Amino acid sequence: MSITIDGKELEFTPGQTVYEVAKANGIYIPVLCHHEQLKPVGACRVCVVEVEKARSLIASCAMPAENAMVVHTNTERVLQARKLAVELLMTQGHHNCITCESSGDCVLQDLAYSLGVESPRFPEPAEVKAFEQANEMIVRDMNKCVLCGLCVRACNEIQVNQVLDYTGRGPTAAVGPAFGLLYENSECVFCGECVRVCPVGALFEKQGRFQGRASDLEKVRTTCAYCGVGCQMDINVKNGKIVKITTPREDAPAPNYGSLCIKGRFGYDFEGHADRLTTPLIRKNGELKEASWDEAILYIADKLNTIKQESGPDSIAGLASARVTNEENYLFQKFLRAVIGTNNVDHCARL
Amino acid sequence: MTNSIDDLGESDCFLITGTNTTENHPVIATFIKRAVTQKGAKLILVDPRNIDLAKYATVWLRQKPGTDIAWINGMMNVIITEGLADEKFIAERTENFDALKETVSKYTPEYVEKISGIPAEDLKTAARLYAGAGAAAIVYAMGITQHITGTDNVKSCANLAMLTGNIGRPGTGVNPLRGQNNVQGACDMACLPGNLPAYKKVGEAADRKPFEDAWGVTLPEKPGLTIPKILEGAGKGTVKALYVMGENPMMSDPDITHVAKALKNLDLLVVQDIFLNETTEFADVVLPTASWAEKDGTYTNTERRVQLIRTAVDAPGRSKPDWEVITMLANKLGAGWKYETAWDILTEINKVTASYGGITYDRLKKNSLQWPCPNTEHPGTPILHTAAFTRGKGLFSVCEHIPADELPDDEYPFLMTTGRILYQYHTATMSRRSKGLVSRTPEAFVELNPADAAKLGVSQGDRLEIASRRGAIEVVADVSDRCDEGVVFIPFHYSEAAVNRLTNPVIDPVANIPEYKVSAVKIKRVA
Repeated sequence: MSITIDGKELEFTPGQTVYEVAKANGIYIPVLCHHEQLKPVGACRVCVVEVEKARSLIASCAMPAENAMVVHTNTERVLQARKLAVELLMTQGHHNCITCESSGDCVLQDLAYSLGVESPRFPEPAEVKAFEQANEMIVRDMNKCVLCGLCVRACNEIQVNQVLDYTGRGPTAAVGPAFGLLYENSECVFCGECVRVCPVGALFEKQGRFQGRASDLEKVRTTCAYCGVGCQMDINVKNGKIVKITTPREDAPAPNYGSLCIKGRFGYDFEGHADRLTTPLIRKNGELKEASWDEAILYIADKLNTIKQESGPDSIAGLASARVTNEENYLFQKFLRAVIGTNNVDHCARL
Repeated sequence: MTNSIDDLGESDCFLITGTNTTENHPVIATFIKRAVTQKGAKLILVDPRNIDLAKYATVWLRQKPGTDIAWINGMMNVIITEGLADEKFIAERTENFDALKETVSKYTPEYVEKISGIPAEDLKTAARLYAGAGAAAIVYAMGITQHITGTDNVKSCANLAMLTGNIGRPGTGVNPLRGQNNVQGACDMACLPGNLPAYKKVGEAADRKPFEDAWGVTLPEKPGLTIPKILEGAGKGTVKALYVMGENPMMSDPDITHVAKALKNLDLLVVQDIFLNETTEFADVVLPTASWAEKDGTYTNTERRVQLIRTAVDAPGRSKPDWEVITMLANKLGAGWKYETAWDILTEINKVTASYGGITYDRLKKNSLQWPCPNTEHPGTPILHTAAFTRGKGLFSVCEHIPADELPDDEYPFLMTTGRILYQYHTATMSRRSKGLVSRTPEAFVELNPADAAKLGVSQGDRLEIASRRGAIEVVADVSDRCDEGVVFIPFHYSEAAVNRLTNPVIDPVANIPEYKVSAVKIKRVA
């Protein structure tokens, strides 16, 4: 089975959409309401292409490839249609990029720029909606929502939390929890999948607000510190501080493929907490007092030596940790076995 | 897990028990919910609480806590009686089937109903669903293991999987969900008293030899003490020094009044952590360490997948990664270790740990790997036991129902079970220092059935005193149908209402796991 896109004859497997065939072969078609983990809806019209012998332009994200189909992704007609689609999306709210958290990481901004939308052709609505920021984790700025529905579909199809849906019609159409509830008062469990897939600045992380945007941030790929699922995540760093935790919008790796839970996505702020220990402490006269590493290590070594000499290695025990790395656990048991000489080592696997 | 997380998407049927997956492994729960809602997989839920997954369940069996062997034997009774067992798998891959058959013969659905409270017909439905599926996966967590019969509970799950040939194929398996980021790795690396890395035995000279050669020492051969025995030893004075790295036994262990006495009795308690906690109150020395975002290394997840963590920010003040601290201390005691980075240690692990032999830093930079992965050409192992079990044939174990150690009586009429909730984590040293998490669940609570609440004259939000034979705590009433009549649930995250002041320190004789899931309590309103 083959299809011709921009003059290239390409093999495909039945069921693949035109967009998927193009993407797999390095041919760029912009998308906005499409996501690889979600069923295509073809709502935003940004991905339209010209198909020979078809009467109108076709949404490539929702169109199954057919044998002998001939597709053009880059004609004047296509570009004009895409530009109009973007201009219409922009009429739905107030797309002020100056203080938008998503500036530099925004599908709409990229599209408007690349399609040369000089200034909005249609007037913006008069109403300016208030931000929803009642909760500590997610801010909703519905002025920037383009009703792509990705948040609704991610909530239902990826997380299966069934909290978000569409409400209203026409100019009153909106996305959110049932009955217009705040996230805080709904069944939302703050997994943040909606924030992950939002292609614009309508949903963003509250604690990262004004702390740094795409071009300022270094992303460090790591593994979540909480449960045993081992979700892959990116720590976003600016000036040596954690700004937020994110996951890739697409092409995210196993085991979590971009999904996180509330703890993984929003539970990181213990890291910079004022309560962190910053120095070794030794108890003197009943109180823990600051000490240097040399003092602390010497103190422990002397005590361990004495106890080992007087009572034998099996009077010493260690509790390792399901919270630290393999390397650290390996060294810990090696320390007890090879240096102290006891097998008294365990950890909280049962607790 | 014998299988992989991805694999859950291939399942036709889930048997989920003793895991409140949507709260404790939320991302794994998404795989299960998608399989059920989008692919038509069946879900058998066996749980005493009306947890969120009950909404998705084809059948929900509400067993009395502490009766798991009974209902699993009951399912096997139905499967054998109705001819639904996988006879080919039993003949080719297992042994001791006749003993199993005889044992489960008395666990008729009617007999099991008397023990577990599960209606006989529901048990039959569940057995037929599980045995009738093309690929069925058992998924469990601490609800199965934290009982005096924890080891036999796990063996019973294995029996059920082998009886139906639901092991060694995509979408099947016996899949414990591990609760901590690196609990699998801590076990693999032998932070266990009877093991050397990769589950070699300290008591076997042949197992010790490669480590003695690699480390240049003679290793002790007597298995060491488990946590409950270490604390018992501390209480008696036979254990004099305890070094605690990243644990908080004053919150996480059962009967913490007793734990406190044991810790006070030590000559030396060293605690290495990122915060002061309930355990550091007894410490002679506290050592500050780097958190997960401030160091390099690897964690091994619940599906045996080894993944990198990378330094993103600097550790505060003078705190250091745990591995640097241990190295300093070992060298002060004359060890002469020369590790300069975490990756130097991983290289040594690659050499001495067969199942991690091919899991090198260079490969992990590109992608994660699931053990066993013996060499650098090996792609890793997503599914275990595909052709044979580790011991060769799978052994059917004979397990009999034994009642929980401390059941309700006239004086302590409620059965209390404990666990975690979505918005907090373990002893909460991290999660209660996170603004967002704290905002969701600021205080400790008890889940109480409306009928019990009515009998006690308790309303939502009332303050209650919960007391066991070992202590008492105050919590807020959360009245709902999540717990059955006579059963209450309290999370263990809250130090000011530490439920482990109440829990029963009795342990499983093999694994030494405490029976957190069953203890008897009484409840009264606090004026």
